[in-house]
Amino acid sequence: MTRSFDFPGGIFPPERKIISTRQLLREAALPTRVVLPLDQHIGQAAEPCVRVGQAVKTGEPVAIGQGMLTADLHASITGTVTAIEACPIPHPSQGRYLAVVIERDPDAPETWQRMPALDWRSADSDTLTERLTRSGVVGLGGAGFPTQIKARVHERHRIDTLIVNAAECEPYITADDLLLRTYPQEVLDGARLLARLAGAERILVGIEDNKPEAIAALQAALADSSPERDTCPIEIRVVTTRYPSGGEKQLIKRLLDREVPSGGLPADIGVLCHNPGTLRATLQAVRDGQPLVSRIVTLTGEALAHPGNVEARLGTPIHSLLEEAGLKERELGQLLMGGPLMGFPLASTALPIVKTTNCLVAATRTELPPPPVEQPCIRCGACEEVCPASLLPQQLYWFARGREHDKAQLFNLFDCIECGACAYVCPSHIPLVQYYRATKGEIRAHRLEAQRAEHARHRFEFRQARIEREAAEKEARRQARAKAASRVTAHNAEAEPSPRGKPALGPDSKEQLKQLRIAQAAAKASLRKAEKALARAGESGNDDTADLEVQVATAQENLQAIETRLASAKEASST
Amino acid sequence: MGWVLVATFPGILMLTWHFGWGVITNVVTAAGLAVGLEALMVRLRGRAPLVALRDNSALLSGVLLGISLPPGSAWWLILVGTVAAIVVAKHLFGGLGQNPFNPAMVGYALLLISFPVAMTQWLSPQGLFGPEALSLGDVLVRWAGLAEASSLDSMSGATPLDAFKHKPEAVMASEFWASDPLPAGSLAAWRSVALAWLAGGALLLYKRLITWHIPIAMLGAMLVLTTLLYAIDPSHYGSPLFHLLGGAALFGAFFIATDPVSAATSRKGKLYYGAAIGILVMLIRSAGAYPDAVAFAVLLMNFAVPFIDYYTQPRTYGHAAPQRGIRLDPIDDDQERLP
Repeated sequence: MTRSFDFPGGIFPPERKIISTRQLLREAALPTRVVLPLDQHIGQAAEPCVRVGQAVKTGEPVAIGQGMLTADLHASITGTVTAIEACPIPHPSQGRYLAVVIERDPDAPETWQRMPALDWRSADSDTLTERLTRSGVVGLGGAGFPTQIKARVHERHRIDTLIVNAAECEPYITADDLLLRTYPQEVLDGARLLARLAGAERILVGIEDNKPEAIAALQAALADSSPERDTCPIEIRVVTTRYPSGGEKQLIKRLLDREVPSGGLPADIGVLCHNPGTLRATLQAVRDGQPLVSRIVTLTGEALAHPGNVEARLGTPIHSLLEEAGLKERELGQLLMGGPLMGFPLASTALPIVKTTNCLVAATRTELPPPPVEQPCIRCGACEEVCPASLLPQQLYWFARGREHDKAQLFNLFDCIECGACAYVCPSHIPLVQYYRATKGEIRAHRLEAQRAEHARHRFEFRQARIEREAAEKEARRQARAKAASRVTAHNAEAEPSPRGKPALGPDSKEQLKQLRIAQAAAKASLRKAEKALARAGESGNDDTADLEVQVATAQENLQAIETRLASAKEASST
Repeated sequence: MGWVLVATFPGILMLTWHFGWGVITNVVTAAGLAVGLEALMVRLRGRAPLVALRDNSALLSGVLLGISLPPGSAWWLILVGTVAAIVVAKHLFGGLGQNPFNPAMVGYALLLISFPVAMTQWLSPQGLFGPEALSLGDVLVRWAGLAEASSLDSMSGATPLDAFKHKPEAVMASEFWASDPLPAGSLAAWRSVALAWLAGGALLLYKRLITWHIPIAMLGAMLVLTTLLYAIDPSHYGSPLFHLLGGAALFGAFFIATDPVSAATSRKGKLYYGAAIGILVMLIRSAGAYPDAVAFAVLLMNFAVPFIDYYTQPRTYGHAAPQRGIRLDPIDDDQERLP
């Protein structure tokens, strides 16, 4: 039965979802200008494949993903590329990033460029994976993890359960709720598709009990499943509303009582988690050949006259969405992307929406007042009571403030999911998550620096090894020449002892041989170790193998040098 | 911290009802001095006094210290205690949130050691308006330090814990109580005061200002120990009820040991911390030189807090076992040995 388990902690913030659930899902007006940043996902940015001035159709690729962890990008309107330049992007850093700008003639009709339709039940997995790679689908729940990587995870892990993460636990956000009410069957089909691809035995839909309409829609969709949909058993698991149930790790714990190991992925415990929006986008990419060019965005907050959910083209300027929703400019206190707990404030309404924009909160000053002044921590432990990861948030805070990075890591800072529950309950109004993010950033920067230093050291070692090997070879050649010469001399005057070049034989040279053999064994071992490390890195899809390759080359040089010396020493001792 | 102050009202009212105006003068003086010293220290440290005072933490420390002192204490005694609490224990360690020791108890312990006579002479429970009760004027004379020594003695006596502590070895408990060793109504007065603290503690729990862990662990440990001792030798050890209701146990359990700044932080750590305080209180009461021991027990356990915290970390999500202690050079498990 629907036994549900529990994670510790959690909070019950005011949900405020009703603001945006009273209207049906609608389509936003087609924008005349879109800005498509090249880095809308986790991983490496895409490379533009269009020129300025080029005409593009909706769905035409404008940038191609680079490396392993990446995603393609497609034109979201029919028009002309007017610029490829650094534009402000919606990101906590408030920075700029290279983006493709497309403008369209408001009167011109829209033309689509789609890929051929595929039948997800019969297409083989390579075709499906390739299709996902070419469609630019990423996790639409907020993380933006490229979906094709998750689709390929079964190559290394056995997956038994696919979880549809429809918990949507953060206040205000209702994009998944409305999607499930409107397109339940498409979401379930998307889940069936990815479950088939991953070889999962069952599908669990995890949803919070504050979405009765979505649950009813899902149940209705399940009830009229035709036989060809009967590919994988699907179960809807309703969980009680508590933030952060929608955290991937927390939902897995609640539904399966399994824990993702620290530093690992859900795939390590046989689970794949997908957001409903991602599933629908996946289905559209396969069934309709339509790449990801739009997404559902919740427009909410009391500064909007007509809040609701819209399907908006990627790159649409935020102000045009807000104006459509009746923004009352004078009442706007704070504009958030994402929810009030994990989202971040936007500095401008000119920014475009991106693949990870699930919600825009236009809040009045009374609705989300500016945070009160931060006060000293009194170690009350309220944060610890609500931490869903069983961390000690206040200890982490002290370590973060004291720059005690060792201790912060020892207290498992990197297991923090940054849900913000601790900061929400903090009576001293300390923005705890900001401290954790900053500290994580510092630690990562240190690690990167250490890695670079290590890489430089390895390159230096490689150079030394090469010089050593060349010297050993030169020496061997010299000895060979000397021996040849001495043979000639010996032949000419047998009685005379050789003047030089012949090493003294005896216990000393035997000792030298023995030492060289030991060194040879050690060099072989370290070569094997370096090769193994490189192979492992290749398997796990790690892109950064340059350092390991240098290490392998160094080990090869070392081995070669020792073998040359050993050969010449053997030669010398045998005569 | 406003609600914590509210939660002290039942206890303060009950103390005043039984022990007279001296309680009020204590609390008001200590609170006023604490706030003044806090403002001075914050100012000396270059911060805004009005912002710092808004959290009421100094006011609370002062009130708690005032409650702990014998009713009608002289102003200079209160001043010394407040300076120790606010200046030394709190601000010299870095201010709010940074003090390893409970400020009020630092002040109290310093006074108890420095002025043992003044600190152990409790007024007998004459009430506010009884025939023998001190009038507000008498109390103010004592507050100003002008009362004659002889009048002090006649008006005050030992607390029940103190009296029982100094009971001669040869005297059985029953004989001791039969000899009427305390001023009239003492036991009942202390008992009702303790119950008033319990009511305040219940309010703290209800408002979620404290968790149950420390008070329950501390009182539980005391209950177990007293029951054991009482079962072994009822003639020389006080009954569980006598120990729980006779001294500062309930006040300490709910208002002193739960000070979040100086207490252990993890849930498990709080249990160890509370239980250890309870055990120390009973050890000192039964085998030590002092009749009551909440201040010393709390201060001793304050020392142990970092240690407790390191060893009581919860198991983090995704980890097989909780982290124990502190290890700053993690062993590199990736190191492969050469064949």
